[in-house]
Amino acid sequence: MKADHVLQPAAMTAGKKVKHANARKEALVGWLFLAPELIGIVVLYVFPVVFSLYLSLSDWNLVGGLQSIKFVGLDNYVEMFHDEKVIHALKNNFVYTLLTVPVGMALSLILAVLIHTKVYGQDYFKVAFFVPYISSIIAIGAVWSALYHPSLGPINQFLTSIGVSDPPKWLADPDFALLSIAIIAIWAGIGYQIVIYMAGLTSIPDDYYEAASIDGATALQKFRMITLPLLGPTNSFLFITLLMGSFKVFDLIAFLTSGGPNNASTVIVYRIYEEGFVNFRMGYASAISWLLFAIVGVVTFISWQIQKNKVTY
Amino acid sequence: MTRYGKIDPGKLVVTVLMGAISLFFLIPLFWMASAAFKYEKDVMVFPIQWIPKAWNAVGNFKAVWMADIPFYTFYWNSIKIAVIVTLATVVFSSMAAFSFTKLNFRGRDLMFGVLLTFMIIPEQATLIPRFMFIRWLGLYNTHEALIVTMMFSIYFTFLMRQFMLGIHTDFLEAAKIDGAGYLRIYWQIILPLCKPILATVGIIKFIWTWNDYQHPLVFLLDKDLYPITLGIQLFKDDYADNYAVLMMASLSAIIPLVILFIVLQKQVIKGISLGGVKG
Repeated sequence: MKADHVLQPAAMTAGKKVKHANARKEALVGWLFLAPELIGIVVLYVFPVVFSLYLSLSDWNLVGGLQSIKFVGLDNYVEMFHDEKVIHALKNNFVYTLLTVPVGMALSLILAVLIHTKVYGQDYFKVAFFVPYISSIIAIGAVWSALYHPSLGPINQFLTSIGVSDPPKWLADPDFALLSIAIIAIWAGIGYQIVIYMAGLTSIPDDYYEAASIDGATALQKFRMITLPLLGPTNSFLFITLLMGSFKVFDLIAFLTSGGPNNASTVIVYRIYEEGFVNFRMGYASAISWLLFAIVGVVTFISWQIQKNKVTY
Repeated sequence: MTRYGKIDPGKLVVTVLMGAISLFFLIPLFWMASAAFKYEKDVMVFPIQWIPKAWNAVGNFKAVWMADIPFYTFYWNSIKIAVIVTLATVVFSSMAAFSFTKLNFRGRDLMFGVLLTFMIIPEQATLIPRFMFIRWLGLYNTHEALIVTMMFSIYFTFLMRQFMLGIHTDFLEAAKIDGAGYLRIYWQIILPLCKPILATVGIIKFIWTWNDYQHPLVFLLDKDLYPITLGIQLFKDDYADNYAVLMMASLSAIIPLVILFIVLQKQVIKGISLGGVKG
């Protein structure tokens, strides 16, 4: 014991040195483990966003090589806000969001509550509603393109058979194209939303419901007073996720309508794609990219503020 | 009430109703499966022949799987891309998550915060510079282009970090002092403990990559490099008036994922709900 005490000071300084060297090594290793992910994200997402700001102030058609990039100031932005297709796209994005987000959330909440509390064989229902979500949206789109066929498709044949004389032409109809896309998107996405809601519902303790039952609460009262408030965080998560998703909608539109007929279903991301990769106007497409970034950024910022100020249950 | 082994009649009624709703919900998929086995002239017949009167399974199958570019080419491309992207994502995300949770160094948590704010960048807003970058690397029109652009994910790094925070590894300090190599700690201690999250992240990333449409659309030119999503596009263009073949192609594309999902449903559903629980 005594000998230990005597030795301690020397051992401590040596220990410190070792510790110091270890800490430096750990820091180095730490950064090395982060490196691939960080470099990848910076090179593929952060740098491109900054670079596209520069591109958006220029005129470049991809063919001429980087030397032929011509600085044009804010021309692209000025053009963008006067471009009927872009304005149309913004409007369509807005309508698409209004069509898909509230309906999708309401339907999936009802189904999730029913599956959670009122049915036998929960697993079957989870799987059944989830299958469209894991199926390729392109294969799904192909199926619906047949179902929507204006004259021969089963939907319109059914409508005609029950006496609808002039059924809509769905994807080929300027008034219905966006709605048709929204229906497919709701159908394909509902399984995901049900799963998220089920996770939220499972986290609500059974005791609350039992206590409410003892107090004689009806099912509807329980839903309003217990389920809905306690699903608050799930609701806001889903809302933000779906909102963001709806701004970025592309696949179904590119595959089924190419934004048509008559730009009736064109959206922001489709404009980026068409201006960039069909018309090869990289500068202009970058300006639209920044419009998308700005919209997503503002909405994210607002939702963060709201979440910060909200009382969590 | 089921707790006591009794059958609740109200619940039974709702179950039957929901069963009917779920079947109605799945009609598009039933219709697809049935059309895939029909002659084209029977596809649009109304009332719908749910079970084909005349079967053309072989004809449609041949049209899809023995076309000029046979469907298995698209399959192979999809498998190759999705497997490599999934493995790379799991490795890079778990390495970063390991560093964020089990190694101590200055600036670590700040870096994580910065990385999280990068999540705000919409992938599509970076498409054009990424395309230029890929072309500059000489990777345009290769599978590598897709692999490189899809193998990094802040979201999955975040999910893995959440999981790793929850596993207690105080003993790591002792292992570190003993001079155990960090690579060994990561590979032989942490990764085995993380199997559940590796599986869920892997499955979800695989499904997303398999179903990706925009990246191949932008980065690929040659048809024999196409994954399944673009393959279906080809059938839609080539067989504009032959829905039976198009449905056979769609069915062929969907079947493996549905089987994979039914086998691994617990992990898939858990993985999907992980994102929502944190909020």
